[in-house]
Amino acid sequence: MNKGAIKLREELLKGMDAVDMLGLTSKPYKIEVELRGKITRDVVEEISRIKKEPDWMRRLRLRSLELFEKLPMPKWVPGIEEIDLEELAYYVKPEATIAKNWDDLPKEIREYYEKLGIPEAEARFLAGLYAVMDSETVYGRVKDALKEKGIVIMSMDEAVQKDLPILKEYFMRIFPPSDHKFAALHGALWSGGVFMYVPKGVKIPEPIEGFFLIGKAYEGQFEHTLIIADEGSYVNFIEGCSAPRFAGYSFHDGMVELYAHKNAVIKFTTVQNWSRNVINYNNKRAIAESGARVDWFEGSIGSKITVTYPSTILKGEGAVSRSMVVSLSKGPVIKDTGSKMIHLAPGTRSRIVNKTISAGGGVNIYRGLIKIIRGAKYSQADVECDSLIFDDKSKAHTYPHNQVDEPTAQVTHEATTGRLSEPQLFYLQSRGLGEDEAKSLIVLGFLSDILVELPFEYLNVLNRVIQLEFKELGSVG
Amino acid sequence: MQTALKVQNLKVRVGGKEILKGVNLELNYGEIHAVMGPNGSGKSTLAYTIMGREGYEIVEGDILFDGVSIKNLPADERALRGLFLGFQEPPSIPGVRFSTFLIAVINKRMGAPDLTTLKDPKKLREIYNLLNEVGLNRSVLSRELNVGFSGGEKKRSEMLQALLLDPKVIILDEPDSGLDVDGVRKIAEIIKELKAKGKAILLITHYARLFNFVEPDKVTVLVDGKVAATGGPELAHMIEEKGYQVVRQQ
Repeated sequence: MNKGAIKLREELLKGMDAVDMLGLTSKPYKIEVELRGKITRDVVEEISRIKKEPDWMRRLRLRSLELFEKLPMPKWVPGIEEIDLEELAYYVKPEATIAKNWDDLPKEIREYYEKLGIPEAEARFLAGLYAVMDSETVYGRVKDALKEKGIVIMSMDEAVQKDLPILKEYFMRIFPPSDHKFAALHGALWSGGVFMYVPKGVKIPEPIEGFFLIGKAYEGQFEHTLIIADEGSYVNFIEGCSAPRFAGYSFHDGMVELYAHKNAVIKFTTVQNWSRNVINYNNKRAIAESGARVDWFEGSIGSKITVTYPSTILKGEGAVSRSMVVSLSKGPVIKDTGSKMIHLAPGTRSRIVNKTISAGGGVNIYRGLIKIIRGAKYSQADVECDSLIFDDKSKAHTYPHNQVDEPTAQVTHEATTGRLSEPQLFYLQSRGLGEDEAKSLIVLGFLSDILVELPFEYLNVLNRVIQLEFKELGSVG
Repeated sequence: MQTALKVQNLKVRVGGKEILKGVNLELNYGEIHAVMGPNGSGKSTLAYTIMGREGYEIVEGDILFDGVSIKNLPADERALRGLFLGFQEPPSIPGVRFSTFLIAVINKRMGAPDLTTLKDPKKLREIYNLLNEVGLNRSVLSRELNVGFSGGEKKRSEMLQALLLDPKVIILDEPDSGLDVDGVRKIAEIIKELKAKGKAILLITHYARLFNFVEPDKVTVLVDGKVAATGGPELAHMIEEKGYQVVRQQ
């Protein structure tokens, strides 16, 4: 083992997380605007004014605020008691204008991204990248070829400022603010994110990435991503999330809306690696028209608490969706994850694969929904939930819910729970692997059938993060 | 002959119960040392304790490997120093391919920081040759480690690892159990080959059947956690004929 690996191992044994491994500590950087305190009409108006928004968006924000005030606090969400919204800054604008070149960013901000290897990833395999710091997009660049094909891609804020006519048809129409209290809060306070429109028949083989960074404690991030894939198009979007470790918590209440028109394909991938002080509620929903396909991949590695259920409404005949979630709860962490598939048309198919790993007292909860309405003839839904539990302190719960009103539809559900066993560990150790390496190998084995289905770029990133978390098996020397 | 492993007055407790009650044993390089004994005599406990399994608490005594105490080292460190244990019943590890496992183990020994891609392509050729030698099909490499392996495949896989990892001391816990005669003959051949390479071999077995194919140089008989008898191959044959009653009466 080389020096780097030894150091890494020592640090890991001290119980730090992958974010620390990357040397991300919260460093000061200049802030232009910061709003905190009671969330009022005036504050929401102020955000809209700063962002020079058209009136319909201002009204959408205010309507969302009203809903937020009216809707009850959901009691089922873990971590709710830890959030004091008045303590949080819900709009933070770093002192930086949107850059097209990494060198144009302030050094303190650029360094974060460099440590995370983002510019390198962009150069290697991305067709475009948008980076959001706190509440605002600080970097955005796409390959010229994309624009030539008529693809519209820009920061969400810019799209709103430009008042693109298409926006009004979709923005928070897929995931309305009335859905629940935190969807409403998102509607009132959203800032940052990516807007993308892919024209008919246009296929983008290389992925586009949105990277979201929370730089400080006691801050809320409410970025909004909207992707519209027109008929027969193809898009692969990767979302990365990270935050340095800071004293005090931060709150993430982001939203992703996807619309796959007839025969379009959207692959949406998330590598969530928030530091251990981020409370993460994420709202993700897609609509798939006939013959369309939506694939969700979610690697939920970091954060203190995560609540996220990627959902697809299979609206058109023959629409297909798949959701694969890998969730790791290591230490005092709660992950409440799962997927929802709503079958509204005949011949629709969905598949959910949920794999959770609970270690060191971590808790994983799977909450899933399969709904097949009457008339969605011969639709099929398959659910697979596998849990790997490391020790007696750690837990995994599974709450699948099926609501099938169509007699010709078929739903299958498989669930397994495995425990890391002492004989397995001893066996691997007796061959010379350290305890951490042995665990890492067992984890990668547990995930193997899901890993082979992941896009290559994603696999790289996820592999790296898992290896950092589950210690140093792999290329981290 | 040079001493490889020295077990000195070893007393071992497992789950609060004393299983080994003062065992002495010496294993030399180039030698096959058989440890025999009835069920529950502490044979496997001895193997696990030498390898450093957690929960096998040494209350007294020591284990010296090349003259150095290893009793406080974790299992992986013992392995890297040249100790190998062939399991009686290796556990299955779902999702981990046999090839992935072998690559990780080889890379670790070569000091490669990346355990997932084979650093030295020559090793692959070696693995293929060894598969052939132990009588395993190449397709076993893409199967999950020990998952659905037949009894024979498990034993052959353990022997393959003993050959591949090139340890100095090889402990084999019931390497022939559940095998047919051809299988036993194959295992015996490999043990002889390892001996010829100068390895020190601790051969743990309940039955003396294996000794029809490979003669031990020394035999130690354990009964109730203590050494009940020591001798040469004739002791093994006597036990095979008359059972463990012989040593119990001594």
